[in-house]
This record gives sequence, C-alpha cells and structure tokens, in this order.
Amino acid sequence: MYTEKVMDHFSNPRNVGEIENANGVGEVGNASCGDIMKIYLKVEDNIIKDVKFKTFGCGAAIATSSMVTELAIGKTVDEALVLTNQAVAEALDGLPPAKMHCSNLAADALHEAIKDYKAKNS
Amino acid sequence: MKQIYLDNNATTAVKPQVLEAMLPFYREQFGNPSSVHWAGRMVSGAIEKAREQVAAVLNCSPAEIIFVSCGSEGDNFAIKGTAEALRHKGNHIITTAVEHPAVLETCEYLEKNGFEVTYLPVNADGMLNLAELEDAITDKTILISAMWANNETGNLFPVDDIGKIARRHKVRFHTDAVQAIGKIPVDVEKAQVDILVLSGHKIGGPKGVGAVYLRRGTRMTRHMHGGHQERNRRAGTHNVAGIVGLGVACELATKNQQKDYVYVRHLRDKLEQGILSSIPDVKLNGHPDPDMRLPNTLNVSFNFIEGESLLLFFDMKGIAASSGSACTSGSLEPSHVMQAMGVDIVLAHSSVRFSFSAENTEEEVDYILAELPPIVQRLRDMSPLYQRNGPTPLECDECRMVHKAS
Repeated sequence: MYTEKVMDHFSNPRNVGEIENANGVGEVGNASCGDIMKIYLKVEDNIIKDVKFKTFGCGAAIATSSMVTELAIGKTVDEALVLTNQAVAEALDGLPPAKMHCSNLAADALHEAIKDYKAKNS
Repeated sequence: MKQIYLDNNATTAVKPQVLEAMLPFYREQFGNPSSVHWAGRMVSGAIEKAREQVAAVLNCSPAEIIFVSCGSEGDNFAIKGTAEALRHKGNHIITTAVEHPAVLETCEYLEKNGFEVTYLPVNADGMLNLAELEDAITDKTILISAMWANNETGNLFPVDDIGKIARRHKVRFHTDAVQAIGKIPVDVEKAQVDILVLSGHKIGGPKGVGAVYLRRGTRMTRHMHGGHQERNRRAGTHNVAGIVGLGVACELATKNQQKDYVYVRHLRDKLEQGILSSIPDVKLNGHPDPDMRLPNTLNVSFNFIEGESLLLFFDMKGIAASSGSACTSGSLEPSHVMQAMGVDIVLAHSSVRFSFSAENTEEEVDYILAELPPIVQRLRDMSPLYQRNGPTPLECDECRMVHKAS
C-alpha cells in the first residue's frame, strides 16, 4: 500500500518533537478525520533553521509530517510557503489515492506555522 | 521475524483437515452434482454429507440448510428475500445500529424501495434495550435482524430473548451468526431463529462459501435466478470443494467448540488484563463483563494514537491485528460500531481489535505484552494530543463537504 519512502519516514520519522521558544507554531486537521499535525519553527534571519512536528494520524500523516520537516529546513520562509502538499507526497514517491484528502496536510501545517511566525514578527 | 496472527474475526487459516477433505474435489471428483452420470454421482453424496455437518452445528435438519457463496450473500438473501416475500404483510424491518455492513447496507437499499427500517441504538457497553426492541414492533413489522455476536467488540446479543419477542409478535427473526459459530454454542431451536447466516472462512473453512439456515416453512423470494439447485432456493452450480470444506469446518466446530472456548478465553483474558494493567489511558470497547463477549475478541482504544499507525508498528513486530479507525475502515469515518456506542471520536480512531483462534499460544501473548507498551509510548510521544493543554480540534469543514456530496 505504501511506498518504501513512506515506510522509511513512518518507521523512522525525522524531527519529531517540540521546539522550546519556537517563533512559529501551526496546527491543522481535526479529530473527526483522525489527523492532527502540529509544526514548530525556529526561524533566524528569515531562514528556517529548525522544524519539529507532532502528529496524530495514520502512516501517511506521520510520513508526510516527517518529510515536510526535511524539505523545509534551510529554506527561506518565502521558499517554504510555496511548498505544496502535492510536492510532499511526490517526495515520498506518492501516496495511496485514499490518503490524498485527509492525511496529506503537512505543507498546510507548515504554512500555518509560517503565518504565525510572520504575524509575530510584523 | 515472528508472525502472530490475531485477526481471526477478519478471516482464519484453513484447517489442514479441511484442505485435505477439499482436494479430491479439485482432482478426480470434479463432476457437477446436478449431473446424472458417474461423475455427478461421485460428488452429490459429498454435498449432502456437508449439509448434515452444517446442520449439526446449528441443531437443525439438513433440509433447512442452503449453501451460498459467503456471509454477505446470506444476509442479502435473508433480508431481501423476506422483504419481497412478505411485502403484502408489511414494510417495516427492525435491525440494530451495530450490524455488519452486509445487513446495514441491505436495509438502506430497501429504504430506497419503500421499506421503513428502525435501527435500534445500543448503550455505551454496546447492548440493546429489549423493551425498546419490543416497542418498535408495529403491525407492519415483518423482520427483526440482530446479529448473534458483534465482529468488532465480540459483544453477544441476547438472541434467546430476541427470539422469544419475535415469536410472541409473530415476526420473523434473522441473525447474522458469522462470528458466533465455533466460538460459542449456537442452537436455532433454543434461540427460535427463523433465518441464520454463517460463513466458512471465519471457522477454518475456505473463503467463498457460506450457509443459510432457513426454518422449514419460511417463505422467501429467490434472489439468485437460474438452475434448480438447493431445491430452487439458490441457483448456481455448487462450489463442491468449498461446501465440503465448510462441512468439515463445521464438524470440527461442533467437536471442539467447548474446548476451544476455554483455551482462547484464557489467552484473551490474559492479553486483556495485561494491556489494561500495564498501559495507562486504554479503554475497553464492548461489554465490561467478559462473559458477555465472544471468548476470542478484545477491542481496546489506546488513547491519543491513531489506529492505523499502531497496526503498522505492530506489523513491524509481526503482530497482525485490525482497527476501527477511518483509515482502516475504508471510509472517511471511524467504525460505525464505535460511533453507535458513543465512543469519543479520538478513541474510536484509536481502537484496535485482537481476535484469537485456537492456533494462538500463551507465548505469543507474552510477546505482545512485551512489545506493545514501547510502541504505544513512542506513538504517544509523537502525538499532539498526548499531554495536551487546551481543546482538541474536532470539526472538519472539508469532510462535511465530502459527506454532503456523496
């Protein structure tokens, strides 16, 4: 059902946890659908230095969360804002069709965290 | 890696004696039992022997057994066949909110065709209120359909009492007993059942075969048109090997049920007590009294964790179980059984079912009890709901749109 990359990120998720004194936090999803993703950002000089995540959800939800942290680290906040859910899924060599609606929200969570960062720093 | 199969309510391994009995019917005994020649005669006796074996596990006459292709076909036949045959008497059917989809979706189909269906609610323990059942009966009621044992929680409905109520009001009683056969005693006379459905692959038989008990004199409309098999009650060339396998599986169920009950009950109770005592924030789903559940079924919710993630981590340790989360139910919502019991939405997504067979061992239970706690803790440490300050977001606008569209 899942690609090798999805299973790799699911079984060994990167950047799990919280960042103390994060300067951007975003959360998307809800319990009805069974997926909630929370992203913590550490931004310095407009560059994303560190990203951590916490996710309640299925294998795809955890793998996309892990992947989005890897894709975001080192990018400027504006570069990270153009990352799409589709791009995250492609970086994992794809997701099963049924997972594209509910579990592919990691880029949205990242965008929420960036919005939070921008709001705090404007 | 170890392979521990704890998903026996989904399907079971074919028992060696069953397979052995089936093989000749794929080789030299290939005839069509409806044929008059030697090849047909070679197999027709086998069908009748299987009919006797199935009848024995239910305490009925072999003439009351009809072979079908699976449990779902049996439920479809029971409900639609009754609805059409008794349409002149009434258009009301009573069932429960926790039935298998083969019953629920068949009832929903009939609702689109002029029938009215009452879906009886269950309480937090997953049980019916029998006064409510009796109150729901009207002069238009033609059928009560209530399962013998629930596939997700293992809950046992009081079929003897339901049978009495049905008989008192002269309403036909159908029960989906797919999960009950071989696990607990099933007696159609004692329960006063009119139609009962069972399936081969849940009891160590092959997939693709099931049986319907139809009480003598119960009028039904045919649902499969064609040949005259099964005394005109179900057309289609007999699945000879499958029927033979089902027969042997039923014979083994009759022989081993009591012994297996004690054995799997011990394993299930050990796993249940082990999990509840070693992992915090676990909720038992189903009746709290283990006597009121199948001996082999344990359904628990590991709070703060989504079920599919748990199953995938279990799978990495060789443990096969199942979940009631939306991701594993194949729909956008978690299990209808958990929802009917009023289980909190996060806990419904967190539900995991372990279902034993007599093939499981105590050593396997010890292995699971050692492997589970670190997996649960690891996923909880990853969850934004664990040790959360503040409310959990519950609603989804997009999902509501999807629901409206469908």
